[in-house]
Amino acid sequence: MTAMQIVFLVIGAATLLGGVMVVVSRNLIHAALWLILSLAGVAALFVLLEAGLLAVVQVAVYIGAIAILIIFAVMLTRRVMADSGPAANPNWWAAALAALMIFAGLVVVFMQLPALGAAQAAPLAGDPEVLVEDLGRALVDVDRYVVPFEVASVLLLAALIGAVVVARPPEEPLPGEEGR
Amino acid sequence: MIPLTWYLLLAAGLFCVGLYGVLARRNAVAILMGIELMLNAVNLNLVAFWRYITPTVIAGQVFAVIVFAVAASEAAVGLALIISIYRRRSTVVADEINMLKW
Repeated sequence: MTAMQIVFLVIGAATLLGGVMVVVSRNLIHAALWLILSLAGVAALFVLLEAGLLAVVQVAVYIGAIAILIIFAVMLTRRVMADSGPAANPNWWAAALAALMIFAGLVVVFMQLPALGAAQAAPLAGDPEVLVEDLGRALVDVDRYVVPFEVASVLLLAALIGAVVVARPPEEPLPGEEGR
Repeated sequence: MIPLTWYLLLAAGLFCVGLYGVLARRNAVAILMGIELMLNAVNLNLVAFWRYITPTVIAGQVFAVIVFAVAASEAAVGLALIISIYRRRSTVVADEINMLKW
């Protein structure tokens, strides 16, 4: 077992631990903090996969934006969730069964593809900077991925406007709101 | 050298943990966190396949970038919906949000 494999196992264990704690912790703030550990683990795995730019984007977008957004949402909705009742719904065993079955199915598929086990990571051709440059050019090149890139931009803009509209407070108080 | 299968197994595990979170949690924000875990597992798979199978074609990374954008919009809209529902119904428990249930 090489040093790289040990590093991978440590990071992978941290990522999985974070994921499991996200879905089992009752306190949502704790769940959000565990989510940050899990996201950071994935960012570290991106570094291991020599996708440095994606690791940076992962930290900036996921940890910097999404995780903070989730923490804000937890704090804005907290009063009721300081919490009565269980964290999981009564059908949690069915959910666990479904997740386990899908995991088992995926493992079986992996075992049946011998090519996957034999795949070796060839050394990357250019140095990482050339790769990042290529990624940047590919995203705006008319012959390559400019259409998905623009669609993603429009989607982001639409989501932004939609989020503002949806989250805006209603103009007149709603029927259930007078008492507060 | 790390075998590709390890990455795939880890991503599958992360995906299934997220799936359990989505299906089992009662709080809508926790459901969103499960979705984020699932999207991360998918991204990990994409990048691992890019690195091991087609390192010369940049498409794998482009795909991951697009998934980032979609995940960001999904989180923004989802949380806006949750805050809006909380304003109107004073709850974020998924089984109590049953306005559309007949």
